Amino acid sequence: MSIVVCAEQRDGSLRKITLEALSEGKRLAVASGETLKAILIGNGVAGLAEELKKYGADEVAVVDNEALATYKADTYAAVLGSYIVQENPALVLLGHSAMGKELAPRTAARVDCGLVSDCISISFADGDYLFSHPVYAGKAIGSFKVSGSVRMATLRPNVFVVAESEGVGAVADFAPEIPASKVTITGCAMSSGDRPELTEADIICSGGRGLGGPEGFKLIEDLADVLGAAVGSSRAAVDAGWREHSAQVGQTGKVVSPNLYVASGISGAIQHLAGMGSSKFIVGINKDEEANIFNVADYGVEGDLNKVIPALIEKLKEING
Amino acid sequence: MKIVACIKQTFDTEAKIVVGGDGQISDEGVNLIVNPYDEYAVEEAIRTKEKDGGEVVVVTVGGDKAQEALRYCLAMGADRAVLITDPALARADSRAVSVALAKLLSEKEAGFDIIFTGKEAVDDGVAQVPSRLAEKLDLAQANVVTAFEFNDGKATATREIDGGSETLELALPALISAQKGLNEVRYPSLPGIMKAKRKPLEVLALSDLGLSADDVASKVELVAAELPPARKAGQRLIGEVDEVVAKLVQLLQVEAKVI
Ligand SMILES: Cc1cc2nc3c(=O)[nH]c(=O)nc-3n(C[C@H](O)[C@H](O)[C@H](O)COP(=O)(O)OP(=O)(O)OC[C@H]3O[C@@H](n4cnc5c(N)ncnc54)[C@H](O)[C@@H]3O)c2cc1C
Ligand SMILES: Nc1ncnc2c1ncn2[C@@H]1O[C@H](COP(=O)(O)O)[C@@H](O)[C@H]1O
Repeated sequence: MSIVVCAEQRDGSLRKITLEALSEGKRLAVASGETLKAILIGNGVAGLAEELKKYGADEVAVVDNEALATYKADTYAAVLGSYIVQENPALVLLGHSAMGKELAPRTAARVDCGLVSDCISISFADGDYLFSHPVYAGKAIGSFKVSGSVRMATLRPNVFVVAESEGVGAVADFAPEIPASKVTITGCAMSSGDRPELTEADIICSGGRGLGGPEGFKLIEDLADVLGAAVGSSRAAVDAGWREHSAQVGQTGKVVSPNLYVASGISGAIQHLAGMGSSKFIVGINKDEEANIFNVADYGVEGDLNKVIPALIEKLKEING
Repeated sequence: MKIVACIKQTFDTEAKIVVGGDGQISDEGVNLIVNPYDEYAVEEAIRTKEKDGGEVVVVTVGGDKAQEALRYCLAMGADRAVLITDPALARADSRAVSVALAKLLSEKEAGFDIIFTGKEAVDDGVAQVPSRLAEKLDLAQANVVTAFEFNDGKATATREIDGGSETLELALPALISAQKGLNEVRYPSLPGIMKAKRKPLEVLALSDLGLSADDVASKVELVAAELPPARKAGQRLIGEVDEVVAKLVQLLQVEAKVI
């Protein structure tokens, strides 16, 4: 049997989460004795098979078709579902990205299997897989088992370590029937700038009500620029209209787990911590010595952010040369 | 127009999580609310009805207490409510919930034009039910929607994708999962709360839907929950800005090795 990774690509390159999923798939395949396979869906994407091989894929099913040029839940689920029916894999992995969050459950319903979303670890022992995923926005971690011959999981970005390993990389053409889609994409607007995506970023600089206004985010952006970081926000700053909701971190925003999370002017409410509590290192910059963010911050800087951040930017520029 | 809103009763986001001796999460003494994203779903359903006429039916799979959540939605302005409750659904996973909802919506409550759901439940937070339901009912879907329009029988939705947004036209019937920003949710008015008491709330068991316990067997089982390792307060850096910043940068470079 096999472990299948459903690859995600954008503008002709594989997304980081796909490399993470392949690497994890490979580790599990070694543990369980399965073969690691990948399915690549799109139009003009065949060239990416070579890269999938570099991360351990022994076989790559390429579904290259004009009708699949842009991701749509219904057509992609039909394709992935057909592949699962043909392949009967023990495990199917996708990223917990905007695409994976939608495609995985739609496909799981199609093939009627269990799915654990947003996993932060998967282990194989005694012939079964154990999945762990944060529940109640990270206030607890659940361990789950999935019954049935096929199991599916989506992986939280930035948690699984990427490791190269040479796979066989045999390319298998797969030409399932593709139904007509019930949706038409009429527009697409990508946010400008070349900052990393919030959920994928290694470093995130977030700001809250303590910034005092939308212009306060200029400081956060400048800091993010020297660190190559993404910009996040507390809900208070989103509700005040200083930042788009897509930047909100927390229980009703994005859940992130970067290496470094810098929270400036954020008090550290429980709903905010739920979104960033699993960051590897947390820096809190706050003028209130009793702010709750200091209870979770590895490094708590007590002071006025309007003084601390500019000085920090200067210092970082100095060491960057 | 028949508009359906799927809601789930969840823990208050302030709730402290307690894991019982059985490794399961305890709901004792927890304040229960309508899942925050589902309020956007109900609001959008009501707005669509206010514009184009028809009725709004709120549906949920849950325990008896979920009637309170349904009453809240009726007080907001939904017309009627359906609760599917059954001992066999006590530990329902997303598959089980979507099987029950799909059966309800394809038979007893067939004939809907639009289903609104939340983008995810803030409890077990799996974001599965909407997509599973869309597949089972063979619907066009738009997930994580921040803007919705329904004009001349055409549904248009703007949704979040990684790093941007996308606008979709959907064939009806369609399923829309709501993200924050879709609308401003109204609070129930006093007359609304009074009226809600008399609005129909139907309680159905699996047998009323022609389903057996086997049909809704869960495939995903929570073996055990545990609390994450508590984060400890680390070092506090206090003093002259320049010194503090120099110290911080040094710690990030040498100790944390993150920059
Ligand atoms: C259902 C629900 C869901 C929620 N979901 C989320 C969520 O997903 N994400 C989220 O973030 N919140 C969420 N919240 C809101 C949360 O409870 C808090 O209200 C919010 O996080 C507070 O944002 P804040 O820290 O920016 O603002 P505040 O709590 O007002 O904190 C501002 C901080 O800035 C500090 N400060 C002020 N001036 C300066 C200065 N010059 N220098 C340094 N520090 C300064 C202050 O000391 C204070 O600590 C949710 C709430 C509810 C009820
Ligand atoms: N038990 C349920 N009853 C009705 N609708 C539900 C239920 N569980 C989830 N939903 C709907 O599906 C959305 C996503 O939930 P989930 O897939 O559990 O994250 C929710 O916001 C609800 O709209």
